[in-house]
Amino acid sequence: MTEVSRPPEPGSPDAPLVDLDGTLYASGSQVRTMPGAPTDLAPELTDSALAHESGLELKARSQWAYARSRFFRHRLAMGSLVVLIAVLLCGAFAGHIASYSYDAIDLNNINAGPTTTAHHYFGTDQLGRDYFSRVLYGIRTSARVAFFVSILSTILGTLVGSFAGYFGGWLDNLLMRFTDLILTLPPLAVLLVAAARLGNGTINLGLFHLGQEYRVALILALLFWTGIARVVRGLFLSLREKEYVEAAKASGSGDVRIIFRHMLPNSMGPIIVNMTLVTAGAILTESALSFLGFGIKPPTAALGNLIAQGETQMQTQWWLVVFPGLTIVIIVMCINFIGDGLRDALDPTQRRIRA
Amino acid sequence: MPEPVLSIRDLAVHFTTDDGVVRAVDGVTYDVYPGETLGIVGESGSGKSVSTMSILGLIPQPPGKVVSGEAMFQGRDLLKLSKKELRRVRGNSMAIVFQDPMTSLNPVLKIGFQLGETIKAHHGSEKDDEVKDHVIQLLRTVGIPQPERRFEQYPHEFSGGMRQRAMIAMAIANQPALLIADEPTTALDVTIQAQILEVLKTAQDETHAATILITHDLGLIAEMADRVIVMYAGKIVELGDVNTIFAAPRHPYTIGLMESLPRLTADEDWLRPIPGQPPSLINRPPGCPFHPRCFLSQGRARCREEEPPLRPIHAGGTGVHLSACHFAEELEGATSKLAEPTVAEGVT
Amino acid sequence: MVTYIIRRLLYSIPVLFVSSFLIFTFVATTTDPLEAAKMQPNVNKAAIALVQKENHLDKPIIERYGYWVQDAFTHDFGKTILGSRPILPDMLNRLKVTLQLIIAAEVLTLLLAIAVGVYSAVRQYSIFDYSMTTLSFLGLAIPVFWLGLILQIIFVNIFNKWGVRIFYTSGLDNVDPGTGLHFLIQRIQHLVLPVFTLATISIAGYSRFMRASMLEVINADYIRTARAKGLIERRVVLKHAFRNALIPLMTLAAIDFGTLFGGTVITETVYGLPGMGRYFIDALSGGETYVIMAWLMVTSVMVVFFNLVADVVLGFLDPRIRLD
Ligand SMILES: Nc1ncnc2c1ncn2[C@@H]1O[C@H](COP(=O)(O)OP(=O)(O)OP(=O)(O)O)[C@@H](O)[C@H]1O
Ligand code: SF4
Ligand SMILES: [Mg+2]
Repeated sequence: MTEVSRPPEPGSPDAPLVDLDGTLYASGSQVRTMPGAPTDLAPELTDSALAHESGLELKARSQWAYARSRFFRHRLAMGSLVVLIAVLLCGAFAGHIASYSYDAIDLNNINAGPTTTAHHYFGTDQLGRDYFSRVLYGIRTSARVAFFVSILSTILGTLVGSFAGYFGGWLDNLLMRFTDLILTLPPLAVLLVAAARLGNGTINLGLFHLGQEYRVALILALLFWTGIARVVRGLFLSLREKEYVEAAKASGSGDVRIIFRHMLPNSMGPIIVNMTLVTAGAILTESALSFLGFGIKPPTAALGNLIAQGETQMQTQWWLVVFPGLTIVIIVMCINFIGDGLRDALDPTQRRIRA
Repeated sequence: MPEPVLSIRDLAVHFTTDDGVVRAVDGVTYDVYPGETLGIVGESGSGKSVSTMSILGLIPQPPGKVVSGEAMFQGRDLLKLSKKELRRVRGNSMAIVFQDPMTSLNPVLKIGFQLGETIKAHHGSEKDDEVKDHVIQLLRTVGIPQPERRFEQYPHEFSGGMRQRAMIAMAIANQPALLIADEPTTALDVTIQAQILEVLKTAQDETHAATILITHDLGLIAEMADRVIVMYAGKIVELGDVNTIFAAPRHPYTIGLMESLPRLTADEDWLRPIPGQPPSLINRPPGCPFHPRCFLSQGRARCREEEPPLRPIHAGGTGVHLSACHFAEELEGATSKLAEPTVAEGVT
Repeated sequence: MVTYIIRRLLYSIPVLFVSSFLIFTFVATTTDPLEAAKMQPNVNKAAIALVQKENHLDKPIIERYGYWVQDAFTHDFGKTILGSRPILPDMLNRLKVTLQLIIAAEVLTLLLAIAVGVYSAVRQYSIFDYSMTTLSFLGLAIPVFWLGLILQIIFVNIFNKWGVRIFYTSGLDNVDPGTGLHFLIQRIQHLVLPVFTLATISIAGYSRFMRASMLEVINADYIRTARAKGLIERRVVLKHAFRNALIPLMTLAAIDFGTLFGGTVITETVYGLPGMGRYFIDALSGGETYVIMAWLMVTSVMVVFFNLVADVVLGFLDPRIRLD
């Protein structure tokens, strides 16, 4: 039970780890082994691994083609993808679509409710700032943060997780103890402490030239990478035992080559799925941080701080709170549905049986 | 001939999946007579389990569905019973022993409880201590030492063999008229298998139940069964008396199964598996389902075009002998190595 | 069992020490209680130096950590740097509020999530199942703070329009501590919205978890055995499937519950509840290093403790687990 999405820790119900069929997809190793716990359905490695090994690239590729066709069949995921792309494009081209700049003031329309007059679709605040425009800019900011969080934490988590899983030993131990430690801390509190400092820019960590989006993204990534690292570690632990890895070792391939050429490609499915979870979590967490005043700060518009700014007048100017929030809901729901579809598509063991 | 205990007519069971309709059981007809042991053999996926579980309503529905057929048991068609009536049959007059004793018992409930529950489900009026005595008696019957202590234990405190004994005890708890043993020994060690077979025989003697024994193991059939059904791709391809089938198999698939057994005395290669894969149950090829793998067919058009009916064969032997091969008569003279006594002993 | 618990507790001591040191380093280097004071030109430099000295702020981290450990054990976590308020009593007051909130939310969550999860699993692909799936995807996508605000808007407007006060949207502090029923009702009126807000995400997540857990169990061999025995379906579901499906959920809930003592920063902020979360935010804004430290220690002790509780619960529910 938490207030913000944590990193998609295996077994955590915060992450939408259950798809529409209700199949549990908690991946990677469990924090603890729970007998009788829904088992881990991380995509079983299929023939593609072996095919790859024996040079049958064709077969490996058809695996992806199969995944793609499965994804395209997932109507909800496809619909969400379309909606999400539309929303993101609106954000990306905010400068062209928005009728106003995010801080432009329209004194003729102060505290206007949602209306088509003067294109104030989402209304205006007490300064006459157009909330439709501000939301568009907010989407841009929030999406930027989420994008960087997912890229950063995926790269970091994958690197650490794969090395820990592959080599085991002290490296693995260190990683596991470290993530255990992180788990004992309330994630939001750690974020807040970190953000209170780094977010202000009073500590110059050489990031000074970066915008605050990137600072916030960095802080979030520091929290989110451990989840991915655990997942990847779990996958690598089981992959390590596979014949083709043994074969590659026996034939004298170097460790790095084995990791990147043989094992990583076979872990891509769960990694991609987890990346979507991280992205959704990052959007929610960033909005919460910004709402509390520790994330993206005004005047930069982010969906969270727009809501915070609207809060004072929300009883009368409800639109200031409702529209930015709805935007978050739509974005996160789309991402989760896409993640759901991806999981269906990328998990070959999962055969849907329809009633 | 006595009245059959169970009489299945033209049973068909389908599973609806993403990829299409799986015709897991496709028109199966057979009888089980009182006191006999009927063996069902066939490759994995041939529909052995589904053909029996479906009549008790034990296949997942959906995706499964019994699309046609009749299963007369004690004067009633099981397929027409209401859920409630069917429930009264299960575990009572018809009971099942499943394949994997490691997963077939509930891990969080005590053995004694799980057995007692079976009795109470059908004899609600029995008092708790009566039930307990009854359960302990059952545990003793199946050869579980210290039944009083075992009564209080959880499944994980039992070995695999002990669990299967408990499963058998559970199955005979209500004196069933028909016992279905679905690969009762497959999951066990070879040494344990022999013991469990003994327990199964004891159970049969105790209850005088007719038994359906599902297995991959022709050796087991040779030892336990009176009559045999050979299933392939959801259909019966051969049916007959156990001696007849072993002495004079009249379907190429049955011969293939026998050939693929390890032979102790033979000087040929040890194993000769049937070439090829079982057909897709979704898009059944026309003609004989076995034709792509059949050594007898030799590309004959009839095999590819016309589905062979299950028809009576006269190959000597006693009782009814049926085969679903257009050219069964060409197998005249074929006999299985298993029919030779020395080998039959070796295989069990 | 008892030895197991003792062993686990002993084992957690070094873990907590290590983590407390890491946390201390992190917090002490990132917070500065005198930051605001230093910026004010009219604050005496000497006074600042004095406060620094009194609180050992001028010493190296290791030494400060030593002082802090001493304070933590002998002086109930010591006092605040500005204002010298004893930390522990304040924190306990805050904890009371948070406890009411999280216990109520946890109970609500478990009851609803289990009911919804089990029913969805038993009626898989039914209209109920699909609606709950959709709702939970929605629940997982709603930011907590936004939900809190929306509920406030709704109920305040109901009050303003029709003069009906169904639930309070803020001001738990102002509940007059009058007597008996009246007090209780007021209290409940204040807590309903925060509890609901807090529980929403969890209900969404847990019900999915329960459904998945249940579906997995429903397909287990021993459930088929239970059906094959001729048990009535309700008994199969409740006695056989549910017992097993509940185990992972209870373990998870116990672990998660430990993380809640940190309070519920967002919910408390939105509803103005004087709980642990608010306490933390205030300390953070004030740069109160020792309050932050005390807070982090209490919360991580709770996390560690409830991890142990989770194990004990597991050992209790699952006969295969033996704690020794
Ligand atoms: N739940 C299900 N969903 C879809 N198809 C199923 C399901 N259960 C069984 N089938 C199909 O029914 C066919 C027959 O299965 P069945 O379990 O009867 O085989 P079997 O002969 O008992 O095999 P085995 O020896 O492995 O137990 C299989 O090919 C399988 O594809
Ligand atoms: S009908 Fe033809 S293919 Fe089928 S078993 Fe007989 S010979 Fe073989
Ligand atoms: Mg079977």
